Amino acid sequence: MFNWLQFFADWLVFSVFKLSPKSHLGEALDFFVLDTIKIAILLFLITILMGIVNSYFPVEKIRNYLSRNKMYGLEYLFASSFGVITPFCSCSSVPLFIGFVKGGIPLGITFTYLITAPLVNEVAIAIFAASFGFKVAAIYVATGIVLGILGGFVLGKMKLEKYLSPWVKDIIANARTEEKLQEEKLPLIQRFPSITKEALNIVKGVSLYIVIGIGIGAAMHGFLPTGFFEHYINKGQWYAVPLAVLIGVPMYSNAAGVIPVVQVLVAKGVPLGTAIAFMMGVIGLSLPEAMLLKKVMGWQLIAIYFGTIAFFMILSGYLFNFIL
Amino acid sequence: MKHIKVLGPGCAKCKTTYNNVLEAIKQTGIQADVTKIEDIMEMMKYDVLTTPVLMIDEVVKVKGRVADVHEIKQLLIA
Repeated sequence: MFNWLQFFADWLVFSVFKLSPKSHLGEALDFFVLDTIKIAILLFLITILMGIVNSYFPVEKIRNYLSRNKMYGLEYLFASSFGVITPFCSCSSVPLFIGFVKGGIPLGITFTYLITAPLVNEVAIAIFAASFGFKVAAIYVATGIVLGILGGFVLGKMKLEKYLSPWVKDIIANARTEEKLQEEKLPLIQRFPSITKEALNIVKGVSLYIVIGIGIGAAMHGFLPTGFFEHYINKGQWYAVPLAVLIGVPMYSNAAGVIPVVQVLVAKGVPLGTAIAFMMGVIGLSLPEAMLLKKVMGWQLIAIYFGTIAFFMILSGYLFNFIL
Repeated sequence: MKHIKVLGPGCAKCKTTYNNVLEAIKQTGIQADVTKIEDIMEMMKYDVLTTPVLMIDEVVKVKGRVADVHEIKQLLIA
């Protein structure tokens, strides 16, 4: 699918700039050109696609649907899948949390949504697809959905309501079912301009991180020998996966920049499962989010929440190392 | 006199929205007061799920994303 891009990058770097394909600089620049264009195209397409889906399923509609319907466990799957299609900014996590429990949605399902929404987003999917191919991107999305379901289910079973802030408990006590949402019925053609604009905004917002990430990746790609990391990080070390997640969690918001770097780490010998676990830690859990959640949860609950998710991330890292 | 509210827990996007509102008011010369609502309890009265939210005269105009200066100007004139 991206063969023509490879041709273009090769032509630009090796014919126009007259760099040797064997030189470190040539190899690095070729990688940089190819990856930048590939990510830009995919990012734009996927954000538009997600924008269209989201414009028909805004988060208010999802909340009200989950609030009205009890589906004997299937609601975990719904909440998790909805988490994929809605855009998410960690600063929305508190209003979202309150908005969900206010509608009588159980804590476990609220957690499911809160886990998947940041973990699987349009930026991550696009960069995964560009860097690792569609198969790995699909595996990442599927893992994110399963992780949200499992995490939310386990957290829901733990009876954690007692660790919520008192005012949140009041809200839960007064929870009531949400009404069906009054929707504006706009044809797609009229929704399209604002969707495209928003997609462009997203691309613009992360472009700097991506370019920096690809830049670092390109330098490593050009100058480090293949298999460079194999010696240090390999499947044999049991502690590599947990360590990767632990390092990933405090790294924040540069998911867009991290993936292109990790792509090169994998090419140079880091096991893919370890790398995916690391990226899930970076993207899915962040310290600023923990600080925000402090407003609605006691620190024990935040610790249990982060601990459970990290545990499942580590588990999926091992699983991928085992099967891939 | 328009009453504008920017709701959000003080994240980068909320600050950008707030600054865009100030800029839009300056450019249009419209009489308006701007309130920044960062308190979560206060925010929940308006039942918002995604931030930032831009409200003009108690009506939610934009939610979950940053509105740019041009867009806010059009909302103000309308």
